[in-house]
Amino acid sequence: MKRLLAIALVAFALTLSSTAFAIDPLPFQNNVQRERFQHLTRELRCMVCQDESLLSSNADFAKQLRRQIFDMMQQGKSDKEIKDWLVARYSTFILYDPPLAPSTIALWFGTPVILLAGGIVVVVLLRRRTRPAGSVAEDLGDDW
Amino acid sequence: MNEVARKPVGRFVPLIVFAALVVFFVVGLVWNQTHDARFVPSPLIDKPAPAFRLPRLESPTQFVTKAELLGKPYLLNVFASWCFACGDEHPTLMAYRDKFGVPLIGYDYKDAPQDARAWLQRHGDPYHEVITDQSGDTAIDFGVYGAPETYLIDAKGVIRYKHIGPLTPDVIAKELEPKIRALEQEGT
Repeated sequence: MKRLLAIALVAFALTLSSTAFAIDPLPFQNNVQRERFQHLTRELRCMVCQDESLLSSNADFAKQLRRQIFDMMQQGKSDKEIKDWLVARYSTFILYDPPLAPSTIALWFGTPVILLAGGIVVVVLLRRRTRPAGSVAEDLGDDW
Repeated sequence: MNEVARKPVGRFVPLIVFAALVVFFVVGLVWNQTHDARFVPSPLIDKPAPAFRLPRLESPTQFVTKAELLGKPYLLNVFASWCFACGDEHPTLMAYRDKFGVPLIGYDYKDAPQDARAWLQRHGDPYHEVITDQSGDTAIDFGVYGAPETYLIDAKGVIRYKHIGPLTPDVIAKELEPKIRALEQEGT
């Protein structure tokens, strides 16, 4: 049990380290701005590295974009303006939160639709199973 | 009563479901083998190329601007001496530089000029002109996120095609050349 707990703790520590962010000496005006910056760049994809955010990546590309985003924040640009600026250059692929668009309909609604279909199958099967013994003869469906 | 005869379809449902899963699995595997999810179509296609003003590699005091290059189509090839895949692409560029029918302009990306010059001297220079972007700031306007990348820009300064990754004879024959021929047809 202690062993398990130790393994769990190590695993937890590892997940923490992977969410830690790269350190840039960016001179934020205050903590609010720093947190806004971290929140924003966490939702942006580092285009050159697999599955890393702009916040956590140490790639040159990410460092440069962090610098640009920082500069835009100093100019008083809103998060939306910054995101639009990035999307104009790198497409919506750079956003980890994909907008609802014709190309993302399957992404947005695929899972609920499949879940619903699966739920209907389960309900139908359960109803058949609980049917009284007398009506078994009517059961022409599956027995799996 | 014969169960198999009574429910012929029901018996095969698990098999059909399994077969459907196998199809999804195989399609997913093949798709991942042949597509790199990072190679996203640029939102800049059919939009004006960003304005730029960048120094020439050979004489850094001279600048090349987007406006100067207007009037005829050209290829902009993003490369760097530190870029491994650019070395793979290089022989193709050497072989095709005079076959494209449009000037090939090198875009030295985040590179020390002396490194770029040495690299071109060692491997040969396929470019009709090389401009340098040491900071990489202009490259962000172009949506560059890795070298090599190649842009086809028409006479009006509009980006008509972009290829991410090394150009190969196959890509040139199937994608790039038809685009260049189409531009010639347009007469732009």
